[in-house]
Amino acid sequence: MTVQSRGKSIKDIYDQVSSGILNFFVSIFDFIFGTLQRWIGIKGMPYVFVLPNLLIFGIFILFPMLLNFVYAFTGGTNFFPDQRPWVGTANFDQLMTCESFLDPNTCREDLFWRAIFNTAGYVVFQVALMVLAALITAVVLNRKIKARGFFRSVYFYPVLLSPIVVALIWKWILQENGLFNGILVALGSDKAPFLVDAQWARFWVVIISVWAFMGFYTLILLAGLQAIPADLYEAASIDGANNWQTFSKITLPLLMPSMIVVLVLSLIRAVQIFDVVFAFTGGGPGTATMYLVQYIYSKGFASPSRQFGLAAAASLIMAGVLIFLTLIQQFAQKEEA
Amino acid sequence: MGKVLRFLTRTRGTDKLHITDMLTYLYLSLGVIVMFGPVLWLVLSSFKTSAEVVKFPPRLLPYRQETIAIEGYDDPLPIYLVTLDDGSTAELAQIRRIGLERQLIDPNNPGEIIKARLEATEPVEFVSFNLDNYIEGVESFTFVRYLRNSVVVTIFATLLTLLVNSMAAFALSKYQFRGRTTIFLIMISTLMVPLSVVLVPVFLVITKVGWNNNLLGVIVPGAATPTGMFLLRQYMLTIPDELLDAARIDGASEWRIYSQIILPLAKPALAVLTIFSVMWRWNDFLWPLIVLSRSEMFTLQVGLNSFQGELNVQWHLILAMTVLTLLPITVVFAFLQKNITTGIATTGLK
Repeated sequence: MTVQSRGKSIKDIYDQVSSGILNFFVSIFDFIFGTLQRWIGIKGMPYVFVLPNLLIFGIFILFPMLLNFVYAFTGGTNFFPDQRPWVGTANFDQLMTCESFLDPNTCREDLFWRAIFNTAGYVVFQVALMVLAALITAVVLNRKIKARGFFRSVYFYPVLLSPIVVALIWKWILQENGLFNGILVALGSDKAPFLVDAQWARFWVVIISVWAFMGFYTLILLAGLQAIPADLYEAASIDGANNWQTFSKITLPLLMPSMIVVLVLSLIRAVQIFDVVFAFTGGGPGTATMYLVQYIYSKGFASPSRQFGLAAAASLIMAGVLIFLTLIQQFAQKEEA
Repeated sequence: MGKVLRFLTRTRGTDKLHITDMLTYLYLSLGVIVMFGPVLWLVLSSFKTSAEVVKFPPRLLPYRQETIAIEGYDDPLPIYLVTLDDGSTAELAQIRRIGLERQLIDPNNPGEIIKARLEATEPVEFVSFNLDNYIEGVESFTFVRYLRNSVVVTIFATLLTLLVNSMAAFALSKYQFRGRTTIFLIMISTLMVPLSVVLVPVFLVITKVGWNNNLLGVIVPGAATPTGMFLLRQYMLTIPDELLDAARIDGASEWRIYSQIILPLAKPALAVLTIFSVMWRWNDFLWPLIVLSRSEMFTLQVGLNSFQGELNVQWHLILAMTVLTLLPITVVFAFLQKNITTGIATTGLK
């Protein structure tokens, strides 16, 4: 009884203090915005409300986007745009000069092309595996199962982990003396060069990124599955449809809108892969897992002579790809609607 | 094949455990191992000593060697199970090791020194969840400073995100004004272009503003997130305009309408944005990596990354610090998992 009453009084005090502080701020803002409204009138108020957002947005998102063009068409190693000479399309030319576009070794900027080939390979395998894994998981989670909430969270949990944490967890498992090599040796096999061999490293980058992001796409597909009306399945079973027919004739077609969202979102995200891999392999071994964003980052921030022009030109090319992918998504969604 | 495919469709009305149900639960338990296993392995490993961490093959649980304090020796002595010459075994304490030989004493009879070859000895160990790595890591990793930076960034960035975006969403959903559509379209269109594409110019802007190595440079730029603004706007559109008109007739100022009518009614959407903002900011890596170059300003993520990049990788400390870094987000998830998963499923936010 005493505990209860004490708990109540602490809560009361907390409520009073917090609402007091809140009221203090509210009245200050009331005064400022009230005066402002008397001054500019009700018509001006929406501008006041969007202004903070617009300022931050304009300075830190929109303006840099425009500035990127300036960098892409100017050269030299100078950081400030007014000190950079205009070079026209020289940066793009440098990126696009190849004797054979199929062999990065013949390109002037071979690293860029290596990054493109690496990214393309990664995107194909990662997106295919991601969509497949997310689809199977979503279908399984949509069945009548016990503790669905728990299992849903299990698959979702890695999504919340930061890229660095994901990278470190897997680096620890895959390192030379790690868990997986321990298991291999226990099974009588030799240690595998998981992080040292180029193909192994690429393989694991795909696996860990699917591991880390799958839960997100599973949720989207699960929401799509749950939106399919149950009477369709009842009608199908009355008509004697078997499971494969039900799945291919009802589930898949009705799930298409969600599938397209998942496909395009995972494509866009896969093209931009950076932080997990940066912490996981650092782009190595050699340049085996060096992807596009890391190329941009290393040209602009990590290489000894900073080539901002090349970085900006490469990022414009990438932005073009991303906008193209987004437009496909918009188009696909309109088709559905 | 038909049976395998059967589990792709729902079972209805049957309570008996079908083969497809077994496959389902098999898949789900496999999922638990694959999704949680790596994290569990990390947590178990984080309790291992620096010697244990480099041992191969690795063992599942963290072990520590039994020690005993014996009079006449400053440090506690490690205990070994020794196979003696006559074939019997005894637990003896090692006083020193010379080449391939250990010099040991019997704790009950410390006077006599017994020599044993390495092969004849085995350390006596017990499972121990010792916090040594955590204590040492927190000290040598300046963890508290990184934690402080991360907490400051997360809290203030989230508050700013909520304020700025809810104000803009209010204006864009509840007023007709010149430029409204333009502003909205520009913001939405930049959703397509991620930060990674504008790294160089963003860095220039941060430098010009003077926010290099300043937490403000991490907090402010991401606050005007088009995703968050869009989410709030969509929600506010559902609030009836009549409420606003009634308040205006009662003489309420526009700010009062925003703070006392719109904000309380938009609480569900604000809650979703809060959860996401906290997650984004706590896990954010690329932006702090660019803005912060002095180590005392690092957030946890950047600090952890630079810590693992050092030449002499001290895995036992890194593991403990990684656990500490993922702990807050795990706790938040444990309590809010329902809100988070439904929030994502309904808004498509991430």
